[in-house]
Amino acid sequence: MQRRGRGLGWMSLGLGVAQLAAPEAVRRISGVDDSATSRAVVPLVGARELVHAAGLLTSRRKGVWAWTRVVGDAMDLTSLGIAIAHRCGHRRRRLLGVTGAVVGITVLDLLTAVQATRARAVGPGPAVRGARGGGPMELTATTTVRKPSQEVYAFWRDLGNLPTFMAHLEEVRSTGGRTSHWSASAPFGKSVEWDAEIVDEVAGEKIAWRSTGNPDVPNAGTVRFVPAPDGVSTEVHVLLTYDIPGGAVGKAVAKYFGEEPHQQLDDDLRRLKQVLETGEVLRSEGAPWGKRARKEFPQRPAQPLSDSELAKGADA
Amino acid sequence: MRANTWAGRNKVKVRDVPDPKILNKRDAIVKITSTAICGSDLHLVDGYVPTMQNGDIMGHEFMGEVIEVGSGVPADKLRVGDRVVVPFPIACGACGACAAELYSCCENSNPNAGIAEKMFGHPVAGIFGYSHLTGGFAGGQAQYARVPFADVGPLKIESDLTDEQVLFLSDILPTGFMGADLCDIQSTDVVAVWGAGPVGQFAMDSARVLGAAKVIAIDKEPYRLQMAERAGHTTINFDEVDVRSRLLEMTGGRGPDKCIDAVGMEATHGAAHVHAYDRVKQAVRLETERPHALRQAILSCRSGGIVSVIGAYGGFLDKFPAGAWMNRALTLRTGQCHVQRYMKPLLQRIERGEIDPTRVITHTLPLDEAERGFDIFKNKQDHCEKVVLKP
Repeated sequence: MQRRGRGLGWMSLGLGVAQLAAPEAVRRISGVDDSATSRAVVPLVGARELVHAAGLLTSRRKGVWAWTRVVGDAMDLTSLGIAIAHRCGHRRRRLLGVTGAVVGITVLDLLTAVQATRARAVGPGPAVRGARGGGPMELTATTTVRKPSQEVYAFWRDLGNLPTFMAHLEEVRSTGGRTSHWSASAPFGKSVEWDAEIVDEVAGEKIAWRSTGNPDVPNAGTVRFVPAPDGVSTEVHVLLTYDIPGGAVGKAVAKYFGEEPHQQLDDDLRRLKQVLETGEVLRSEGAPWGKRARKEFPQRPAQPLSDSELAKGADA
Repeated sequence: MRANTWAGRNKVKVRDVPDPKILNKRDAIVKITSTAICGSDLHLVDGYVPTMQNGDIMGHEFMGEVIEVGSGVPADKLRVGDRVVVPFPIACGACGACAAELYSCCENSNPNAGIAEKMFGHPVAGIFGYSHLTGGFAGGQAQYARVPFADVGPLKIESDLTDEQVLFLSDILPTGFMGADLCDIQSTDVVAVWGAGPVGQFAMDSARVLGAAKVIAIDKEPYRLQMAERAGHTTINFDEVDVRSRLLEMTGGRGPDKCIDAVGMEATHGAAHVHAYDRVKQAVRLETERPHALRQAILSCRSGGIVSVIGAYGGFLDKFPAGAWMNRALTLRTGQCHVQRYMKPLLQRIERGEIDPTRVITHTLPLDEAERGFDIFKNKQDHCEKVVLKP
């Protein structure tokens, strides 16, 4: 359907360019070359086609844009109906031909629009590419924090700090020198818990960990702390590996990460930087929910929170 | 409280909204005494900046009295009762960009950095009342505003200067000044400024203060050109003469040494067909800008000169004269203003009487008449140059 939407987009582009570049030819073929009104109408319709094309070719929401084509079709059919009523002979025959073609296209547009809308409404959540049936997923991300590497390392090594900036984590509790207990919250579909152990560590430079036992989603991670060339900052390089299972849990995890799993980790590291450099995660009126601000659009309007919204706290 | 909000393309509406509250420890709440409508607000209202939402409080030029501070604001930085001007970019003061005084590129002040990054390659700072792309912060065309990082941004006014004398330190005066500052002005320089709106006027005054030999204002509104003339600048009306040839005449064929684009994405062009070409492309979103001023500045500037861009751009433009730029060794410099960098020195210039910011104010209206204010400012009615709103 995405492909058909794109096909319609290219068709709009072709039609639009033709109507703008060679309006005379279009008017002759359509049998309306005798009307002064059509001289104005044809380029306008061409410009409109370019809008459809831009929408269908660039937007991921092909459904909405396919509907704009349906509306355009209705406008075209109305104009054609008026034109037919005023003509006879070869012009009328040409007009009838064009009208037939437009009716066919309308059916196609309507079909695409309805299907695209329905797919959006009831379709499965977007899945992580390659992880539909389960399998490993690797995520990397990096940021620069204007703090010495020892300090950044120490903050991360206190694993209880991770949930302050990692959106999916509810709690990480140290259970020994190198062992810890992790829980991830609702976004994973249900609460998921697992144990982890640090498998490699160099103070101020690196921490590597992996889940132990028999977790729902086996995972591992490495974070490296590298002094930046400016002499004051630290580059933080993170690699996370998830072994996503098949079945319901795998589906929930895949849905959580969405179409752009890297975005999650990028945002996590942005919050790490905020916490270390400014003291906490910054809230705005449009995006007041701190690390829970996952679904970024549409946001609430940029105006102050009501008392009941405020009472929900920073991580509502 | 009452606040002026975005209500869809070409529509603003003053409505009742909740009072602002402290959301972060380093916040302050400011009771606003004066606020203003900026030319860049028009880009939002005209619908050329994406991610606006119905109900967003507008406005990024405001000042007032601190009535509440968060627990993370040190008392030696800001206290309840302080009179402050608030800079429009929100900046943390601690990241790499802030350390380099690039406050409008602050790496921590935009909760929607992910979106901004997709649009611009790297994120930009949060800005009050300026779309969700710049953070979704409520703006200052209101009775009260929440100010994040209040220990970094707000400038305390401890003298008895009037609101009108210091309000524009929030944006347009530093923005105009930065336009001139980026030009590395020498005493031999002829500086041409495209756009005689409020930012353009302050860019002209700043160029003179920084020692330019001659300052030329380019616009088409006679009343705006007269305002520049009254301030002692030379003028060109692009509706009446060809700008490039007039500039060549005025500079012995060299072209201006430094050029400032104080127009941005919604320029109008003297030639109807060129304007129509860009207007259509902008309307169907094939380019987001109408960059005539920038094109003309690049083509007019003398070889080896500097073109400084402070007019706002948001997306993509075409027919960029890259050949002129490259072959004639031009330097292009730009940025949203790093207001925090310029506030203090400019306050001193105001105190010394070197710059008079009040000269651009033509209208003062109650906040409840914001709608009318936008209307006359946008349509340049009643010789409107700058509207100040009183909550």
